[in-house]
Amino acid sequence: MAQPLEFEKPLLELEQKILELQKFSAEKGIDLSVEITTLEHKAVVLKKNIYGRLQPWQKVQIARHSERPNFYDYVQLLFEDFIEMRGDRLFADDRAIVGGVALFKGVPVTVIAQVKGKDTKENLQRNFGMPHPEGYRKALRLMEQAEKFHRPILTFIDTPGAACDLAAEERGQGEAIARCLVAMAGYHVPIISTVMGEGGSGGALALGVGNVVLMLEHTFYSVIAPESCASILWKDPSKAQEAATALKFTAEDCLRLGVADEIVKEPLGGAHKDAHRAGEELARVLEKHLSRLRGEAPEVLRQKRYDKLRAIGIFQEKQRLDQSVSETLTNLDEDVKITE
Amino acid sequence: MFKDIFRKTKYVTISSVPAPRRLAPEAAPETVMIRKELPDGLWVKCPKCGEVLFTKDLEKNAKVCTKCSYHFRISARERLELLVDEGTFAEWDNDLQTVDVLEFPGYSEKLAEAREKAQMPEGALTGRGVIEGVPVVLCFNEGAFMMGSMGSVVGEKFTRAIERAIDLRLPVIIFSTSGGARMQEGILSLYQMAKTSAALTRLAEAGLLYISVLTDPTFGGVTASYASLGDILIAEPGALIGFTGPRVIKQTIRQELPPGAQTAEFNQEHGLIDLVVERSQMRSLLGRLLRYHQEGAGYGSAVRI
Repeated sequence: MAQPLEFEKPLLELEQKILELQKFSAEKGIDLSVEITTLEHKAVVLKKNIYGRLQPWQKVQIARHSERPNFYDYVQLLFEDFIEMRGDRLFADDRAIVGGVALFKGVPVTVIAQVKGKDTKENLQRNFGMPHPEGYRKALRLMEQAEKFHRPILTFIDTPGAACDLAAEERGQGEAIARCLVAMAGYHVPIISTVMGEGGSGGALALGVGNVVLMLEHTFYSVIAPESCASILWKDPSKAQEAATALKFTAEDCLRLGVADEIVKEPLGGAHKDAHRAGEELARVLEKHLSRLRGEAPEVLRQKRYDKLRAIGIFQEKQRLDQSVSETLTNLDEDVKITE
Repeated sequence: MFKDIFRKTKYVTISSVPAPRRLAPEAAPETVMIRKELPDGLWVKCPKCGEVLFTKDLEKNAKVCTKCSYHFRISARERLELLVDEGTFAEWDNDLQTVDVLEFPGYSEKLAEAREKAQMPEGALTGRGVIEGVPVVLCFNEGAFMMGSMGSVVGEKFTRAIERAIDLRLPVIIFSTSGGARMQEGILSLYQMAKTSAALTRLAEAGLLYISVLTDPTFGGVTASYASLGDILIAEPGALIGFTGPRVIKQTIRQELPPGAQTAEFNQEHGLIDLVVERSQMRSLLGRLLRYHQEGAGYGSAVRI
């Protein structure tokens, strides 16, 4: 059983109560079916209320949940085979980024994924999913091979951000990320980037230059961590909840703002409640997009990726003011697409 | 003689510029609002060596301390004036306006303040000019505008400038001064990094030169995009350049950076930039580099050393 989050507690208490009543009823032979049905009905409503309208901060909690499935939990569900390739050939092998060649529905693909640990020991190995420059350079090396061998690239984003320590600065963290951005913009192969958990700033963006950007339902993709935002804005990191709302970084927001292309539905309450179902749904959506992209000519893929990036950003222009702004604002009003 | 003892001493009033504060984190424009620009007054104290400088001398010296060569921060327009051949600059896209699309708390007010302070509609200046006879596309961040942070407008202006450089077959020089991606425009700011980088991919494929000049401070999403992507990377002496600001590093992992970390010289020692160049030498260096990369110009033929 996954560890409950604070906002799930009323539901768990209710479910506990139902169990107790059922047990009591069975033991004592008293018919409590009316009461139980009432409570069960109440639980259904409560469930819908809680999970149906999760607040941005609650989504952050789900995205960061210690039991949230990581890339390795999905490997078997997504791929028939996965051969991990290690090292950047320059300095080290960064365990916060995993990459290799995989078989996806019979198609060889290059896979790059950010991976957080499941426990303290693994988290120390993987630096809590915060890659160093060598991680990005490994990603770049493997993506260059994908371009060379005409393999589609699937990237999976789950990081609080790029590593922020002296070592990262000395080895050129900024340059390592920037090189990924430039390279991905130039490739002729299909690229699908999926935000699987936390999409933390530049460290996430480094793998985010896809033809298609998917976001799992309970993820966020942000220019800055809500805690850091709160400490800058209100000098108070504990106001992260407010910052989470202000930053408009949920999957729905990113879809509206033209960054995400589709939201991948998660099992009720989050992927950690049923990793298997989450993985199946992700595989289905990935396959849909990949088969479409594989039908495109290499130059078209590149051009469309450029066009997608080129269109991101909202501003007014005096000369062309009405056109660009009104277009964007209409797009914002469009309904949020969620895959069923 | 005796009366001298009671004579009132005259003091010169000196406005002291606050000591340079260490840099802001990525996307943290507001925290570095202490400006090192010169306050009004005849005299100014150098924050590095403490020398009291006559403002006019300092301005004549491109706002570099005449004693210790400390480089004061300067505005985009001041930089422009130091670089281009007189009367050759044509500004582009000055009519792009910021939209508070996220309705971010306090953003509208901050924008109004920044416009007032920087006397610019947004934190970027782009256009076409000539440096020592060579036409070039120029982009500048404006540090006084929300710490030079990059939102939709800055990203769009730079991208357009790079695209026009490709059309015009001109080299590009970008002067970075930025705390990073602008928090108040959320994910849209983050993707300006990808957008500007993608335009630079095209510039490179077109075989055109891109020189990135990093000035104090360059951090976060700007370091992690266009600022690091030059064919040639140049920094001003002492400029703080990095990915994560020292304060955030300290907060996050309780690591105190050693003295001198993240300076231009530190970056050069670690192989991350080509040259550290004094402001007074910048124009001449850029002029030479531009000439050496000019198409059709015999390599070095137009060079005076």
